[in-house]
Amino acid sequence: MARTAEAVVETSALSKRYRGGQLAVDSLDLSVPRGSVFGFLGPNGSGKTTTIRMLLGLIEPSGGDVRLLGEPMPDAARRVLPRVGALIEGPALYDYLSGRDNLLRYDAADPTADPRTRTDRVAAALERVGLGAAGHKKARAYSLGMKQRLGLAAALLQPRQLLVLDEPTNGLDPQGMREIRTLVRDLAEDGSTVFLSSHLLDEIEQVCTHAAVMSRGRLITQGTVAELSAGARGRLSVGTSDPARAAAVLKEHGVLDLDVTEEGVTGELPLSDPPDLAELNAALVRAEVPVRAFGLARASLEDVFVALTGEGFDVAG
Amino acid sequence: MSRADTTSADDAREPVPGTAPPAEAGATTTQPEAGPAGQGGSLGRGLSLFRSELSITFRRWRTLALLAVLLGVPVVVGIAVKIETSDGGSVGGGGGGGEGPAFIAQITNNGLFLVFTALAVTLPFFLPMTVGVVAGDAVAGEAASGTLRYLLVAPAGRTRLLCVKYATTLVFCLAATLTVALSALVTGALLFPVGEVTLLSGTTVSFGEGLLRAFAIAVVVAASLVGLAALGLFISTLTNSGVTAMAATVGLLITVQILDTIPQLDVMHPALFPHYWLSFGDLLRDPVYWDQLVRNLGLQGVYAVVFGSAAWARLTSRDVTA
Repeated sequence: MARTAEAVVETSALSKRYRGGQLAVDSLDLSVPRGSVFGFLGPNGSGKTTTIRMLLGLIEPSGGDVRLLGEPMPDAARRVLPRVGALIEGPALYDYLSGRDNLLRYDAADPTADPRTRTDRVAAALERVGLGAAGHKKARAYSLGMKQRLGLAAALLQPRQLLVLDEPTNGLDPQGMREIRTLVRDLAEDGSTVFLSSHLLDEIEQVCTHAAVMSRGRLITQGTVAELSAGARGRLSVGTSDPARAAAVLKEHGVLDLDVTEEGVTGELPLSDPPDLAELNAALVRAEVPVRAFGLARASLEDVFVALTGEGFDVAG
Repeated sequence: MSRADTTSADDAREPVPGTAPPAEAGATTTQPEAGPAGQGGSLGRGLSLFRSELSITFRRWRTLALLAVLLGVPVVVGIAVKIETSDGGSVGGGGGGGEGPAFIAQITNNGLFLVFTALAVTLPFFLPMTVGVVAGDAVAGEAASGTLRYLLVAPAGRTRLLCVKYATTLVFCLAATLTVALSALVTGALLFPVGEVTLLSGTTVSFGEGLLRAFAIAVVVAASLVGLAALGLFISTLTNSGVTAMAATVGLLITVQILDTIPQLDVMHPALFPHYWLSFGDLLRDPVYWDQLVRNLGLQGVYAVVFGSAAWARLTSRDVTA
């Protein structure tokens, strides 16, 4: 993978073998462009969290390199991490402290954070995630959704160039999910790059510009969401009262995997040298097929995912 | 405190020799690492984490409960002595005379001796147990609650975090010891006469000097816990369970205390961290017997360096998966 200066997260041949001998991450080449909202997809157990922990210097890679904001990790952790906000595998809080004191604590851990602006920044972060009124409550009394919000607030204590959010909508109700999606979009508009891991394909499709798919420790694909969806091209669908004749014409033009029903025909366009859709339509009309509907059903990210992993969302063994 | 840290990848990849002194390792990397981020590290910023650590440690109910127990011990001892001697008899009921903890017989003459008695009573188990709880929980507790990963990505820096944890544990050692000493002083002054102090060597010194010596003793007792604190901190880096680390530290303390009483093992006794603990009484001689006191402090220093380095080697090379 070519190293572009614009990559905010870049790994080359990144691998992690745990002591048991299990290869959790296998030669990962990940490249997250600056300014993107990058969806990181994969079933449970596919190595997403191990990857995220290696990106942030919590786990030592067994092989390969990580560059975060252009600097090598974990060597440059002290310079890089103050510009990175993270939510890793859910929030972790001091139960016996209030929400506000939790944030003060995390802010104090950052040696670059200015103590003079600390209370203001904490208050602003609480407001931003909708916890302004609950900041004085003990974290013990927080609901799962409130804890998740507080975890997000901790990632937003400073302006960040990169936000690594692992399953940020876990435990939130639909309203909360919408708010987080809005927040992610706002953050991206402010110029932060957002690296978002999720198992909710809908969510990725709604907010992400780019995505990568992992399965069993390997990176299967990465690119813009549009490219990914295009890659798994949708099926061609022709609505007609004469499906038999339509099928014959389509077959002549190289359309594969034809499925004939009473309502019409669907088929897959060949990957190499696909026929031009306009010509295909004209050919159908020339052959006097009464075409009621003609079009390419766009593949959802879920189709892409299933096509790529071949396993849906089951836990990898 | 502004440690260059999160150690270089090389440090972490290689098995770090357990003898590498953390101070040196910090120093070698601090210079080149003083980058844009480090530049803003005024003293205030560097100490932020230490202040935060002190505040969350001493605001926890658990810490306050431990201190409350320590506060209670001298009061109980004082009242017991008062009741037993209220009929004019001496402590021990005129039996052996040499019964009971050190200095207890002198309390009725001078309340200040309650300070020495209380420290002698709490030093073998009570005091070190509280230190074991605080030190054992220091890193393991953060790992158990998952807060360790957020501190590290903040980024607290692994070496900096360990230094802060150790410094806070040492502050707790001093606070715990002073709690016992002050509680004993107040109880002693309320229940018994105070005045000139007759030292163990027979010389009499003013009450002021006696107070000064009591304070010195409290500091020496606190310093006696330095080795155990390092040991507890090391154990704390080995596990992701705070309770396990606390129990292991306290269990080890009890085991070592028992080994220290078995005469057949006297070859190893001088290397056991509690072996010279009760030498603090030598400060009540005139002139002071320094021999054992110095050995005690030296031994604590050795433990602090060995186990501090081991804790550092472990924490800086460990995968944080909790």
